[in-house]
Amino acid sequence: MFYREAGEFRTTYKEDSQTFPIRFDRWRYYFVLFVAICVIPFMVNDYWVNSIFLPFLIYAIAAIGLNILVGYCGQVSLGTGGFMAVGAYACYKLMTAFPDVSMFIHVILAGVITAGVGMLFGLPSLRIKGFYLAVATLAAQFFLVWLFNRVPWFYNYSASGQINAPERDTFGILITGPNTEAWATYLFCLIFTVVSAIIARNLTRGSVGRKWMAIRDMDIAAEIIGVNPLTAKLSAFAISSFFVGISGALFFSVYLGAVEVGEAFGINKSFLVLFMIIIGGLGSIFGSFAGAAFLVLLPVALKVVGVDWLGWPTDIVAHLQLVIVGALIIVFLIAEPHGIAQLWRVTKEKLRLWPFPH
Amino acid sequence: MSEAFLYTVEVFLNGLMAGVLYALVALGFVLIYKASGIFNFAQGVMALFAAMTLVGFQNGQVPFAHLINATFGLHVTNFGWNLHSVVAVFLTVLVMIFLAWAVQRFVFRHLVGQEPIILFMATIGLAYFLEGFADLMWGSEIKTLDLCWSAGHCLPQGGNFWIEDMTAGLGGEGFYGFFIDSLDIVAAVVAMVLVAALVAFAQYTKQGRAMRAVADDHQAALSVGVSLNFIWILVWSLAGFVALVAGIMWGAKSGVQFSLSLIALKALPVLMLGGFTSIPGAIVGGLIIGVGEKLFEFLIGAPFLGGATENWFAYMLALLFLVFRPQGLFGEKIIERV
Repeated sequence: MFYREAGEFRTTYKEDSQTFPIRFDRWRYYFVLFVAICVIPFMVNDYWVNSIFLPFLIYAIAAIGLNILVGYCGQVSLGTGGFMAVGAYACYKLMTAFPDVSMFIHVILAGVITAGVGMLFGLPSLRIKGFYLAVATLAAQFFLVWLFNRVPWFYNYSASGQINAPERDTFGILITGPNTEAWATYLFCLIFTVVSAIIARNLTRGSVGRKWMAIRDMDIAAEIIGVNPLTAKLSAFAISSFFVGISGALFFSVYLGAVEVGEAFGINKSFLVLFMIIIGGLGSIFGSFAGAAFLVLLPVALKVVGVDWLGWPTDIVAHLQLVIVGALIIVFLIAEPHGIAQLWRVTKEKLRLWPFPH
Repeated sequence: MSEAFLYTVEVFLNGLMAGVLYALVALGFVLIYKASGIFNFAQGVMALFAAMTLVGFQNGQVPFAHLINATFGLHVTNFGWNLHSVVAVFLTVLVMIFLAWAVQRFVFRHLVGQEPIILFMATIGLAYFLEGFADLMWGSEIKTLDLCWSAGHCLPQGGNFWIEDMTAGLGGEGFYGFFIDSLDIVAAVVAMVLVAALVAFAQYTKQGRAMRAVADDHQAALSVGVSLNFIWILVWSLAGFVALVAGIMWGAKSGVQFSLSLIALKALPVLMLGGFTSIPGAIVGGLIIGVGEKLFEFLIGAPFLGGATENWFAYMLALLFLVFRPQGLFGEKIIERV
């Protein structure tokens, strides 16, 4: 019914290997982009942007980054929070040191700096793997948070130890600080999210991505067929950290505005992003979006149901949220290890045959 | 003897005692890892859960009181009795056994044969679930834990005066003897007894042998008639018991609160040093980490790096160590076959 493929003839390799080979899919993609760029900015207000759209877009970038590392390259990392902190502090230092430069450049540079730090902490992955590596990345998490807490240079010797985003603009439009417009911050983050997704998609289906997946599936076999584990693993760490750094920079400068490192980028942030990609689907760009949307919307939905409808105190809802997230992780790992992305794929297959499944 | 040296010795001794507590948590990890290949991230939260349950039983708290009150508009908080500590500990052990059964029945039975990393993530989910569940059940405020087996005989608090008096003569005027927490000494003794008991259990009892057989090769163990279900529940119960002991010690030391589960994260570098499969390794690793981080903080961290290096030192040490010896000090050599 929906996915009519009859009459779609693809005559070139290029057409056959595009991201959305089915016309319906392609149109839907353009439609979503159109709504996101041309409709939503005119409708949003501060509440919607700050409680749903900004966290969703920013976490989606972080999830894409972590998915490259965990889902595509198979290197489990629990240091996402630490790398996001690197992005945030790099962005802060750049913003305060070069006030006249556009925010675009600051955020991208913050990503580049994070990529460097990520490669440094990725070095042990050449020797250790699996959950040994997962615990080794905890070193990055705790060390980086400690570093930003204790070395005053990073927070410009401010008395509170916090970093506050000063007012900065791009093309004359305020992006950071207290006086921003909802649509401006939304569009700014949207551009980064869309471009990140496109870059990630094209990297993961190209030769780089195939090398990562070879390493993930069996690193020794990959080495034998000529994949260099050094470059494959370190490039995965670098690119993953680049995206995570960008999301950290946006998280601090555009979304929160003021950050205390242990609170905003603690170990819980690492787990949150990891949960996003488990629930969304390991090794899937769409899964990163789905997981981010799910875990951003879940607390909002719980709050509406628990606090506003049932009248429970907020702490009960917060605890209930932990229980639900934990249970969902387990349910997804048992029932559908490939997450929402796999559910979506199955649904799509069904829809292609519907209403005549045979 | 110079005083700087004596202070270093004191830091060393305190590190040793802290290390015993890390080792206590690490033991639980090793038990489960050896028997089921699951790296149980939830061990720390299990310790927190056990300690909270114990306190809840002791004070006669109504479980889920907060939730019940919010839903039905009641004001129940307390049954109005205080259970004796021994009874409370017994009940808590029962709860931990039930938890072991539930975890086995509802989670890991469905995940048999999955990759280790999937199992690891499942335990992270379990940790979140348990943490929220414990808070819902007993409330999230910080609780004090006093364990008394009879009137006047409680877990000791504060420094040990006997050691202080005995060692005061070693230094000069300004030296008042080594300050060592009495509780740490008790914890050290308990840890040693626990390790001895566990080793004896694993070596000399039927269940212990079955446990080791499962650890070795669970399909082979299954084929000679060992009940995998029973062994796994047994192992999780043992881990729950170890978690309870660790929870009591940490809880009595610094109050029963969320940070308990973070302290347990420290057990991870302990394991990396000691090797995941070795009980002695867990002990030695714990001691090295405990002493290392206290000495590092005392000699380098506090004077030069601004302090609080204990947060990351253990992980960094483990990271550097792993690069040179991935299987840990006592772990079995990792052999990869293609």
